Amino acid sequence: MTAASIQLELTPATQYLLRIGDSCLILAQRISEWCGHAPVLEEDIAMSNIALDLIGQARAVLTRAGEVEGRSHDEDQLAFLRQERDYFNVTLAELPRGDFANAVLRNTMAATWLKLLWERLAMESKDEELRAIAAKAVKEARYHQQHSGDWVVRLGDGTDESRQRMEAALASLWRFAAELFDTDAADEAAADAGWGPRWSELKAPWQAEMQQILSEAGLTMPAESKFQSDGKRGRHSEHMGFILADMQYLQRAFPGGVW
Amino acid sequence: MSDINKEWPLWEVFVRSKAGLDHKHCGSLHAADAKMAIQMARDVYTRRQEGCSVWVVQSDQIVASDPGDKDMYFDPAEDKVYRHPTFYQLPKAVDHM
Amino acid sequence: MYTQAMDTMGKEPGDGTKPVRSADEMRLQERFDERIDAGDFIEAKDWMPDHYRKTLLRQISQHAHSEIVGMLPEGNWISRAPTLKRKAILLAKVQDEGGHGLYLYAAAETLGTSRDQMLDALHTGKAKYSSIFNYPTLTWADMGVIGWLVDGAAIMNQVPICRCSYAPYARAMIRICREESFHQRQGYEALLTMMQNGTQAQKEMVQDAVNRWWWPSIMMFGPPDDQSPNSAQSMRWGIKRVSNDELRQKFIDATVEQAKILGVTLPDPDLKWNEQRQAHDHGPIDWEEFWRVIAGDGPCNRERLGARVKAWDDGAWVREAALAHSRKQQQRDIKEAA
Repeated sequence: MTAASIQLELTPATQYLLRIGDSCLILAQRISEWCGHAPVLEEDIAMSNIALDLIGQARAVLTRAGEVEGRSHDEDQLAFLRQERDYFNVTLAELPRGDFANAVLRNTMAATWLKLLWERLAMESKDEELRAIAAKAVKEARYHQQHSGDWVVRLGDGTDESRQRMEAALASLWRFAAELFDTDAADEAAADAGWGPRWSELKAPWQAEMQQILSEAGLTMPAESKFQSDGKRGRHSEHMGFILADMQYLQRAFPGGVW
Repeated sequence: MSDINKEWPLWEVFVRSKAGLDHKHCGSLHAADAKMAIQMARDVYTRRQEGCSVWVVQSDQIVASDPGDKDMYFDPAEDKVYRHPTFYQLPKAVDHM
Repeated sequence: MYTQAMDTMGKEPGDGTKPVRSADEMRLQERFDERIDAGDFIEAKDWMPDHYRKTLLRQISQHAHSEIVGMLPEGNWISRAPTLKRKAILLAKVQDEGGHGLYLYAAAETLGTSRDQMLDALHTGKAKYSSIFNYPTLTWADMGVIGWLVDGAAIMNQVPICRCSYAPYARAMIRICREESFHQRQGYEALLTMMQNGTQAQKEMVQDAVNRWWWPSIMMFGPPDDQSPNSAQSMRWGIKRVSNDELRQKFIDATVEQAKILGVTLPDPDLKWNEQRQAHDHGPIDWEEFWRVIAGDGPCNRERLGARVKAWDDGAWVREAALAHSRKQQQRDIKEAA
């Protein structure tokens, strides 16, 4: 016997929130894989710190999403019992952790994006709770961006090997950025209703900040890719299934379990 | 084999727990540069809200008194108790001084 | 977090004859002994006998290694934690263990070694770590049981060391102990939740975990006193303050009560209260298993060390790059200043 999936009541508002909450959740899942395996003990601690912040953000946003959805789904039901197509994290979050260059680049891309999003949400969202969540989260995102961005610079401007690995990371990850700035019907509707900014509005500032970091690192920003990933619409990469199989296992295997 | 040239330098960490107090030495860590050292110090030594300010100093920059000179440096103070406030007996009414 | 009262005392050097000592050194030794006997602290740059330094270095670094290796069996379950709250708690705990390792490496470095040298000793198998971590974590309930029993045993081992004569170690231990009680409490609480409110399947999972971790946990206190001949010197130097058997007995007595509240059975049919001793008698410990696991033939020895070596090797280019960047920056700063 296993626990069945919950069914979502999807509205633009719920989807808008789940996109953010799920991205934090899945990012945290990937980043915490570094704990015990980082290049140096201090980074085991730093990576865990980032993951813990993201889990906190995920919990807050998922809880709010559950309230808005109105079906009494709590943070854990949402986190652990949805079908894959009902997760709306950006694909960038679910990619494997790769090597340390990959990790710090993904962290920088994600943290920069989240920081800009939290800044706008803190100022503009009509939802008081989302504003409060964002006000706290933006401080965390700033730190994540600084920490990871500093590493991008160190590795870009370190040794030949580290620069090559950074270039490989850029080649591998950059095409997943387009999704971060795509505005679809759900996004439009939520923005019109005052939940927060259209994601497309974050593109220019994001590129400017990433450009600054990459320049300092002596790295070249890749050209925009024609590929666009679709995680935010529930169509994920092949990696998502494995993440969920692992993450959801206990909740599925112990239906009705109390933890 | 470990090569001293490949090791990240050691830094000593000092944390001020709240405004008004001194920075206190709380340990050390390895970091490749100052920016990293500060971030690491924050991650390692202030997770439980132990601090509002962090100093880091490369360990080899610290100049310390020689414990062998302890007698010379610190013993003379031992018999100069008039430097301690408790040496003076005052009436209770003004003893809070 | 995970000390093991291993016999960390090496033998006195050479053929038993003591090297000739100068009058100065004899005086320093006398002063040192006086300070130890008076319960004074020894700081990093103070004179200390070579044997004291070596013993401490071995004990502190092996304690540090234990913390680091200890991150792995629990780290296994972070991605599979059953709720977001438990995930955060477990991640914070494992992070703490990393931090504890770091405090201890820092303390050991004050004795004249480097982090890299200590890690090299670990990775090449020269240094030991607590053998409890060579056991596998097979279910989520293992997380709770490790917190309850393994951290519980570690706390008992560790609290006395807060008064160790070597101050940097004592200070590190005070920091560690402050953070440690959260580790045990979260584990016990997780088990209590499952035993009191959980499903039958969860309760069975908890009992199974207890069955597997009980004996290894009480082995954490090290061999019986009559097989630890060198404890005496360690105790005299204030490095070790309570005997293995005494700590083990204390632990068993405390844990029996805790097990009753949980509603689990400890897998020792000979465990029973002895009115005369005012303590619990227990069944025989399989010391063959203990020595076998320490010697490298436990279930996970290779995997644990392998994981640490891999993380270190995979990270070499990262550490190198950080140093290279730092040196480039320094050159640039010098040029700018010129």
